[in-house]
Amino acid sequence: MTRESTATVSTEELPPSPALPASEKRTIRLDGATVRLAGDSGDGMQVVGGQFTNTSALHGNDVATFPDFPAEIRAPRGTLAGVSGYQVQFASRDIFTPGDTLQALVAMNPAALVTNVKDLEKGGILIVNEESFKAKDLKLARLDANPLEDGTVDDYRVIKVRLDTLNREAVREVEGLSSKLQDRCKNFFALGLIYWLFGRDIEPTLRYVQDKFGSKPEVAAANERALRAGWYYGETTEAFDHSYQVEPARLAPGTYRNVMGNQALAWGLVTAARLSGKELFCGSYPITPASPVLEELSALKHFGVRTVQAEDEIAAICSAIGAAFGGAMAVTSSSGPGIALKGEAMGLGMILELPMLVINIQRGGPSTGLPTKTEQSDLLQAMFGRNGESPLPIIAARSPSDCFEVALEAWRIATRFMTPVILLSDGYIANGSEPWAIPDVDDLPPIPVEHPPAKANGQPFLPYERNERLARPWALPGTPGLMHRVGGLEKEDVTGNVSYDPENHQHMTNVRAARVAGIAGDIPPQAVDGPARGKLLVLSWGGTFGACTSAVDECRAGGLSVAHAHLRYLNPFPANLGEVLAAYERILVPELNTGQLRMLVQSRYPRECVGLNKVKGKPFTVSDVVFKIRELVA
Amino acid sequence: MSYSRLESWWRRVGLGRGESASNGDAPVALAEPPPGDVDDRTGEAKPVPEPAAPVDLPVLKAADFASDQDVRWCPGCGDYAILAQMKKMLPSLGVPRENIVFVSGIGCSSRFPYYMNTYGIHSIHGRAPAFATGLKAARPDLMVWVITGDGDGLSIGGNHLMHAIRRNLDINIVLFNNRIYGLTKGQYSPTSPLGKKTKTSPMGAIDNPLHPLSIAIGCEATFVARSIDTHIKHLEGVLRRAAEHRGTAFVEVYQNCNVFNDLAWQYASDRQTKSEHTIELEHGAPLVFGKNGGKGIRLNGLEPEVVALGNGTSEADLLVHDERAPEPSLAYLLSRLRYEDGFPEPIGVFRAIDAPRYEEELATQVDSARRRSGEGDLNALFNSGETWTVP
Repeated sequence: MTRESTATVSTEELPPSPALPASEKRTIRLDGATVRLAGDSGDGMQVVGGQFTNTSALHGNDVATFPDFPAEIRAPRGTLAGVSGYQVQFASRDIFTPGDTLQALVAMNPAALVTNVKDLEKGGILIVNEESFKAKDLKLARLDANPLEDGTVDDYRVIKVRLDTLNREAVREVEGLSSKLQDRCKNFFALGLIYWLFGRDIEPTLRYVQDKFGSKPEVAAANERALRAGWYYGETTEAFDHSYQVEPARLAPGTYRNVMGNQALAWGLVTAARLSGKELFCGSYPITPASPVLEELSALKHFGVRTVQAEDEIAAICSAIGAAFGGAMAVTSSSGPGIALKGEAMGLGMILELPMLVINIQRGGPSTGLPTKTEQSDLLQAMFGRNGESPLPIIAARSPSDCFEVALEAWRIATRFMTPVILLSDGYIANGSEPWAIPDVDDLPPIPVEHPPAKANGQPFLPYERNERLARPWALPGTPGLMHRVGGLEKEDVTGNVSYDPENHQHMTNVRAARVAGIAGDIPPQAVDGPARGKLLVLSWGGTFGACTSAVDECRAGGLSVAHAHLRYLNPFPANLGEVLAAYERILVPELNTGQLRMLVQSRYPRECVGLNKVKGKPFTVSDVVFKIRELVA
Repeated sequence: MSYSRLESWWRRVGLGRGESASNGDAPVALAEPPPGDVDDRTGEAKPVPEPAAPVDLPVLKAADFASDQDVRWCPGCGDYAILAQMKKMLPSLGVPRENIVFVSGIGCSSRFPYYMNTYGIHSIHGRAPAFATGLKAARPDLMVWVITGDGDGLSIGGNHLMHAIRRNLDINIVLFNNRIYGLTKGQYSPTSPLGKKTKTSPMGAIDNPLHPLSIAIGCEATFVARSIDTHIKHLEGVLRRAAEHRGTAFVEVYQNCNVFNDLAWQYASDRQTKSEHTIELEHGAPLVFGKNGGKGIRLNGLEPEVVALGNGTSEADLLVHDERAPEPSLAYLLSRLRYEDGFPEPIGVFRAIDAPRYEEELATQVDSARRRSGEGDLNALFNSGETWTVP
């Protein structure tokens, strides 16, 4: 992690911003920093966190974010339950996680302070709104003593800001603004202050404010004034004698943008539809944290996207199967509880052998669990959450931008093998964001899809006749001569007619399993980062990619022999996975569950694995993984 | 045979070719470009050449709609009659078999699609309306039928039925009501009457029954009708009206399960008694029933009552059926006329009004989004908002 002690003092001035004068204070160059903005869930922390991220990305930094908010939209104001936070790491080097410890924390109230300050490194910058530490605020946070005075913050550089007063003064001259609306600008004042602290340009946020509040000029004006006032406060206050500068990262050449996981996923779906000459159909039911996929897609109707907000999770997947039968690229998106409801229909999709995507943005379980927190505990549900022998391919995204590629790959597999594909993401990936090298659509390979042509009357059509991949034809209603019936009853091989024949059921069960197993021959072999054999392999999947990659890098830099394999394909596993596992003395499987991948790997390969398991609703920190690696190999 | 109806079908699904074809030489149109013809480079469908010349279509008969599968309902089941009337009615619509999809759930009635030589999905219990919703939304050019039963449609699938009806997709839902679970061998269903003794209600059912048409009208269905399996001419007519309706058509068919609930509808189907116990609805006509049309339904305030005609009471005093009434209240009132309460039960079309259809509204939104923003451009989408370039 970056430490100020390793930074060099720069004599350079801040790059001039057209919106502001250059800072006259000295700057210290860092190679990265982690900042968290924490406040009440009504304080707009997610908005300013997103702005800080976007601006940092535009500045050229690599960024990784971790929004963390309560399930309640507005928990009682000022309480511990209502604290909403947004963490961002930005750096001049490649980073893979939102950071373990904070170099700076903004706490808008006592509840935000006490719930977050433990993550701030010793000597870190703590910016607090000192006017929100009155007796009633302490009472709301159930604190007996003022944490600013009882020793809680002794180890930090505390910057007390009279945020309420300063903000009101800044926006006072804007006419037509109630005092409630005036106070709502506080988050932009705080944002302006940390923009100054880290030498960020305020221009992108000014554009955002105009875009967002353009129809309410007084609100736009007030937010702009608050933002500028926050910046000038940093420049003039004696509390800071220097600011920090984080240079752009050396990313590969290309054009970049910042993307959130669910956004990249939705865009990947639309792109997959285009590449396969299909129109996209999405049947979904609102559920946290998957709803943004449906929301994003419903705004893309000019791409021919049809969305149905179904009456429930079951109807959502059933409408998707209906659309798949009709020839659309059909998708349903949900989270664990919704996937549980879809189980029976997923089995139908499996036996109908129709291509479609079932997307699970995993969240903390069981039952309703922790809707806004992340977890990886639906892997076994994806594997086995259906009645009967009903194998389905499973593919998992590893980061926000990876969601785009995974969507293309999932649809490629679905159409090539005529099967529903389960795509796993999680709340951490879904809400997190990172820079994305924008692809040129013309360079993306097409996803060829074939439909059997019409037959003259009388010629038989065999809907369950299979090709070399054991895939059946995708015959579309409207095609003369291909009239056929599909259904959930066991089908006779080749003809697809209902069959209760024992031999046929055995055969069809075997064929369906072989078809999914055969996907292993159609996907890339498992790659390994690090030594090809040795003491320890870290085997990870899904959203733990960043923490595991950073941890393995750190350990190898410290001289340890450790390799890393990150699985994108969970079912089937890549064909060479057994060989990969055999090349290491020990295998560590870090997961945000109690050992689901470990169970699958151990049942498939004769290898005992060590688990690193955590279900706290939070992603791994890098040090969680580093600690375990050191325990195993040091 | 005339193909003018086929032409009207094509026009309905947006595939009309301008001038209507003369008898016997309608153009052949596929619902979408011949499949599989995808440009390798762009991944987009290649333009489809216009058909060279109109071609004669074969004249279809009921037998052409029969699949090659043996029908496996119990001998004497009312389902046979419904299947027969469907196969008899469909050719007259002039819709090609390949443009028709039957979707069903689970239950005896839900085996229906296997017996039709059309496209079909035998899905999972209660969910057929949801499959139909996705199918019709994605493929408005297809004619979609949902076949369901009282258990499938009103119990496990009640939610989907309600939502399909309120969306008013142009689909036809036929609910076979036999007031019993047949395929699971005789448990009481949501339409079984109070006190019904079955395997799971040995002391009599204590669940108040649901009334399918009351529910459909409560959801403001745009087309609601009822018929009886043995009343074959009437049934064929009702199915045709349902097919012709643009919007969700909901049809309840009184269907006899001669194994587990024989004679449940005897009062309505028996030749001797049906004219006393049913009333055939006719748009614009007074509600007259009984042998020789001697009785009628009169409104006394908001209460219907049975009156004998004559002795100063004439047809002019009776309630006149208006299937096109925008307000569903009278249709609802008709759905509450029950044999057990001393009323004849109406059969025929209760309600048939025009209202926007979901799939058309959806297509309109897609069209207007394209008009407003232009055809979606992925490169433009990805590069929208803030971007930066690393040299």
